[in-house]
Amino acid sequence: MGILNDEVKKQMGAILSQLQSNVGIVFFGQEIECPTCRDTHLFLEELKSLSPKLGLQSYGLVKDAARAAELNVARVPAILLLDKDGRDTRIKFYGFPGGYEINSFLAAIMEVSGRKEPLPAPIMSRIAAISKDVHIQVFVTLSCPYCPNAVMTAHRLALENPRIRADMVESSTFTPLAIKYDVSSVPKTVINETKELIGAQPIEQLLDAIETL
Amino acid sequence: MDFNLSLGSLASENKAIPLDHRRLYDVLILGGGPAALTAAVYCMRKGVVTALVTMDFGGQVAETSAVENYMGYKYIEGIQLAERFREQVNQFEISIAPGRRVSGIAPGNNWMVTLDDGSTCSGRSIIITTGKSWRKLNVPGEKELTGRGVAYCATCDAPLFAGRRVAVVGGGNSGVESAIDLAKIAESVTLVQVLPALTADRVLVDALAAYKNVTTLLEHEVAEIRGTASVSSVMVRARTGGAARELDVQGIFIEIGLVPNTDFVRGLLDLNEAGEIVVDSSCRTSAKGIFAAGDVTSVPFKQIIIAAGEGAKAALAACEYLMKNE
Ligand SMILES: Cc1cc2nc3c(=O)[nH]c(=O)nc-3n(C[C@H](O)[C@H](O)[C@H](O)COP(=O)(O)OP(=O)(O)OC[C@H]3O[C@@H](n4cnc5c(N)ncnc54)[C@H](O)[C@@H]3O)c2cc1C
Repeated sequence: MGILNDEVKKQMGAILSQLQSNVGIVFFGQEIECPTCRDTHLFLEELKSLSPKLGLQSYGLVKDAARAAELNVARVPAILLLDKDGRDTRIKFYGFPGGYEINSFLAAIMEVSGRKEPLPAPIMSRIAAISKDVHIQVFVTLSCPYCPNAVMTAHRLALENPRIRADMVESSTFTPLAIKYDVSSVPKTVINETKELIGAQPIEQLLDAIETL
Repeated sequence: MDFNLSLGSLASENKAIPLDHRRLYDVLILGGGPAALTAAVYCMRKGVVTALVTMDFGGQVAETSAVENYMGYKYIEGIQLAERFREQVNQFEISIAPGRRVSGIAPGNNWMVTLDDGSTCSGRSIIITTGKSWRKLNVPGEKELTGRGVAYCATCDAPLFAGRRVAVVGGGNSGVESAIDLAKIAESVTLVQVLPALTADRVLVDALAAYKNVTTLLEHEVAEIRGTASVSSVMVRARTGGAARELDVQGIFIEIGLVPNTDFVRGLLDLNEAGEIVVDSSCRTSAKGIFAAGDVTSVPFKQIIIAAGEGAKAALAACEYLMKNE
């Protein structure tokens, strides 16, 4: 049995048929002590087979430590997206992007391929003006209908400014991390360890928080 | 593994355009649930210049797991039904301001609507479809600790309380369902209900009884939620009298029903005792040119198909109003 049933495959295929340019998916896993790595990898293989525009590279966190360090991968399972030229987009998914998060995952792939909604000019110039390193972590659970929006907003910022990187973190997979940041409600967005936003906030709120870092 | 896919619109065309703050719209639709999205389709098909201002798409439907009583679908996930609605709207060149909350409506020759970012937009007519959202307890500590142990979405946040002690407030269907979800993973669950009995469906009450880690407190109410960084305890009091006592819990899930989103029209429109906008059989409110539809109104029975039907009616009533007041 595969991860995706035929109906889901058909729906995802229809979405992926709209991909503009190629997107590289990078997977980091590890054979031991990672209960969800195998399924995540299988899922990505099945997904890749749905579009000729998708590529997939798979690494081990320990085995390929140099590559992991280069791409800032901290834990597994991790999924990263590369643009058509193989450049890191600073978009990460820590944990299986199933449940409602399938939406933020496919949306990120579409955006990296160039299929993105234009943002209003004032927002774009605020994003462009960010000149410090920003790390956004969005904590989610897979049963949370509001969470994909929070993830998409953070990932969009990463895509638009090379100083910004943004991670989805699946709270049940990375319990110690969720406890460290005192996550008792999702989505919860943590910016550079210091700022917190609770709930799915509009992009302006995220920018407000970043600008006052 | 489940996939709650809802990106159908990425595969279909989207002709929607951004809101133009300087333009005078024929119809401004406020909200994004079934009432709003149905009204949008009707307005666009009538050819009136329409804008939609909403915090999200789908409203309560996007939060519902399974819908089995919307005609045409024997079974559909809420989020998918919401996406179908949205796709049907996106085939039109309708102006949309997504992610925006309406904060006020000001009277005048035309109606002016203020959004949460301080911007405004104007319409010759307005259709209010802002629906309902979760009712708050209104006790000390609730607001401060929201997202820090005070939760309103059990499906979202239950996984974060594995092995912890939690309280659930509300003995109706949603309260009992949440208590069951939490009982599966939490150390203990205390269900607090104001009434002398649980009002949830029999099957749910029976299912709850099977969990040994659940305690039910009937005729009790929450007096205060305590904690600094996060919830550390909850004070409850018997309605029959006596002193409040402290429940040692790290989370509290509030499931006590819904309230209409009508704060921004208080004083402008007639509301009933429940805070709902009073409408006549043509969805007209007490103000000329302002219509309302769906859960936010005094129309009895809150269902998707009813909200959608009322949304259609409000759109047609608004179009008729525009024609007569040309
Ligand atoms: C858990 C649950 C399960 C349900 N199951 C079913 C079912 O199986 N079948 C059924 O028929 N019905 C069901 N219902 C009821 C049904 O969902 C509602 O009757 C229906 O969604 C009402 O639609 P509406 O458009 O009037 O309002 P809502 O769905 O409440 O939508 C309101 C919209 O307005 C937006 N909004 C609110 N305030 C503002 C503001 N100030 N500015 C801008 N936008 C705003 C919201 O973001 C939202 O998009 C269920 C409800 C819940 C909560």
